[in-house]
Amino acid sequence: MGPALRLVVQRIALGLLLLFLVSILIFWGTLILPGDVAQAILGQSATPEALANLRDELGVNDPPLTRYFEWLGGVLSGDLGTALTNGKDIAESIGSRLENTLFLAFWAAVIAVPLAILLGLLAVRYRDRWPDKLISGVTLSTISIPEFLIGYVLMYFVGVKLGWAPTVSMIHDGMNLGQKLHSIALPVAVLTLVVLAHMMRMTRAAILNVMQSPYIETADLKGLTKFNIIWKHAFPNSISPVVNVVMLNLAYLVVGVVVVEVVFTYPGMGQYLVDHVSKRDLPVVQACGLIFAAVYITLNMIADVVSILSNPKLRHPK
Amino acid sequence: MKDQLDYLKVNAALGRISRREFFGRAAALGVTAVAANTMLAGAVRAAGPQKGGTIKVGIQGGGSGDSLDPALAANATMSQIVRMWGEPLVELADDGGLNGKVAESYSSSPDAKVWTFNIRPDITFSNGKTVTADDVLATIERHSGEDTKSGALGLLRGIKSMSAPDASTFVLELDAPNADLPYLMSDYHLMIQPNGGKDDPTACIGSGPYTLASADMGVRLVFEKNPNHWDSAIGHASTVELIIINDDTARVAALQSGQVHMVNRVPPRTAGLVGRAPNITIRSKSGPGHYVFIAHVDTAPFDNQDVMMALKYAMNREEMVEKILSGYGTVGNDTPINASYPLYTELEQRAYDPDKAAFHWKKSGQTDPVLLRTSDNAFPGAPDAAALFQQTCEAAGIPVEIKREPNDGYWSEVWNVQPFCTSYWGGRPTQDQMFTTAYLSTADWNDTRFKNEQFDQLLLAARAELDEAKRTQMYADMGSMVRDEGGLICPMFNDFIDGMSDEVAGFREGTPGFELMNFYAPIEMWVTA
Repeated sequence: MGPALRLVVQRIALGLLLLFLVSILIFWGTLILPGDVAQAILGQSATPEALANLRDELGVNDPPLTRYFEWLGGVLSGDLGTALTNGKDIAESIGSRLENTLFLAFWAAVIAVPLAILLGLLAVRYRDRWPDKLISGVTLSTISIPEFLIGYVLMYFVGVKLGWAPTVSMIHDGMNLGQKLHSIALPVAVLTLVVLAHMMRMTRAAILNVMQSPYIETADLKGLTKFNIIWKHAFPNSISPVVNVVMLNLAYLVVGVVVVEVVFTYPGMGQYLVDHVSKRDLPVVQACGLIFAAVYITLNMIADVVSILSNPKLRHPK
Repeated sequence: MKDQLDYLKVNAALGRISRREFFGRAAALGVTAVAANTMLAGAVRAAGPQKGGTIKVGIQGGGSGDSLDPALAANATMSQIVRMWGEPLVELADDGGLNGKVAESYSSSPDAKVWTFNIRPDITFSNGKTVTADDVLATIERHSGEDTKSGALGLLRGIKSMSAPDASTFVLELDAPNADLPYLMSDYHLMIQPNGGKDDPTACIGSGPYTLASADMGVRLVFEKNPNHWDSAIGHASTVELIIINDDTARVAALQSGQVHMVNRVPPRTAGLVGRAPNITIRSKSGPGHYVFIAHVDTAPFDNQDVMMALKYAMNREEMVEKILSGYGTVGNDTPINASYPLYTELEQRAYDPDKAAFHWKKSGQTDPVLLRTSDNAFPGAPDAAALFQQTCEAAGIPVEIKREPNDGYWSEVWNVQPFCTSYWGGRPTQDQMFTTAYLSTADWNDTRFKNEQFDQLLLAARAELDEAKRTQMYADMGSMVRDEGGLICPMFNDFIDGMSDEVAGFREGTPGFELMNFYAPIEMWVTA
């Protein structure tokens, strides 16, 4: 077994172990939330009889350890259980929500990733001149503003004042792709603004690092244009850190969109999670937590694997 | 000029020219804005409801964990949903009385113990089945059974027996007289379902003006007009779309950008600003809902009457209405009852008086600070209200310490558990219900631990009293008892604040019950454009 393959296998095993530990943490964490699910479902206007009836039915009186192993067994066989609040199958409900979240993340990524890399390349090309400063300045300020505020600002000016895009990003099966894209224009814009800076700065730094190498000087002396050198010679050799940061941001686009989804009333995982946290619906919170953790761990694993494989020293051992 | 104005009015009412355009042209003819507004409203009503179109409602309160079972309805969205497909026996009328829905009429025995409801003949559920007294009986059974989870269970205690002697008669016999029984039947949980919903409580089959076309709980629900509904005077739009928007800013923005026609619960702080937009009208109405500071009068130091009086006099009610509700509300008087209730008597208004507060505080001999628990969950702006109260108390020399509690678990860990906290009540349809729910000695939700034998006797006596003048007096006496001896400090009654676009018409002022015309706005209003 080559060192590259061994590293990859090690990395995957580590990822699985991590996921298992996270499952314990998630289960334990939801147990210590204050409040009572029956009270949360029935609201302030619940009678004590109704509360007792509901608690019995929900089975929240069993010991935690039994519940953990039942839950884990279920998850491993693809059964996420049923929601306490409405008795629906969680896997089924999450399915469409996850699809929506991935849809939003996908389009945000399609715009943000190439844009960030392009801006990074441009920043290197015009290093320390005004385009570089402008790009850094703008992207760093959008990453510094809390995303809900960017959301509200865009909502007010683009949605209400200009009327270019809907302020409520409702998507449903009856819409075609064009309508859906129009509907998610604002959240995509917010997400793009939020993740742009990180990827752009990393691209810029990684390439600048490579730009010091002697072979770049050679390319320069050959008479290649500056942008060609960056794109063809410097960028491929700085791919590893860039992939890492891109993956981190993709993971963020999936699991970090809770606030954006709530602000734009987008029917994704984030909003689903928030709804159920406020109702103490533990099975749903656990399932969402686990899915988010799995997405995060998987994407990071992919990033690691790609950087291992993109390292020629590991691919071609002597 | 009159002809021109009439022409404009008709065009504006029919939506051929915009509201803004109408005002502009009317102003050109020398009509003031206020007069123009009145004129337009009249013309819109005169033009009559228009059929068809889609009404979109941006509504607060729903979540993806909500159930479609009316028994579990507990928030604004669920209350709106059940109104679309279902109907109760009777419904609150604009004049404070009741309108028949599934029941055409009702009557009682002279002692108010036996109530007979006559079911409207020949009305059908949306599945085609005829509505019979058996369905009504099964519905009430489902909501009042021992193992029910229904939110209406509290209302339905004390039923001795129920029967359906024939298909159009439903008879209820009570353990004790209750003159208010028909009002209880208007509760939004009690939608009549085929076989009481025992077979499938979440089927959304009822006799209402709309039928459910698609449901994505906590996201979006679509209703289509029920072509067989018995009352052609309501249900104008052919489609009603409920879009759940819990974020206040997003909900208001959806109204402003024209994505929805109406929203509920506009935040009071921004209502004035939102209403300045030319195509939006803010509709506020006073309701029985109130924001409260509640103390357990059986727990020290609140068992000392002087402490309670000190705190009551230290409450600046006008300031609360102005700052916490931005004026969208009315001052409270330390009773849970206001003018929105039938048989209301105005009591002498208690006013902010730091001197009297200081006097009672000194007399009580207390020196330790009073601990007040609060959270944003208690009511919007509750922590600010607590801080204002702390300041006015300080002016009277009463030390108040504020403890901010987490929103999560506030209703199970703080409210009705801790001796002094902020909270809210949504109110009840009748005084009897409000007092029974929260001020009767034996009530589960006696969140002020107010236990007064004389009060309990009066409450039961009033329930059996069919003479309105006598009942009114009894309720006034009970109100005074709560006001002077209770643990309730009620600074304000909050208004329901809705936002309506001028693409919909038919709004009526002064409807009883909840927001959005007691949730009948999507059903009884229509699209003008």
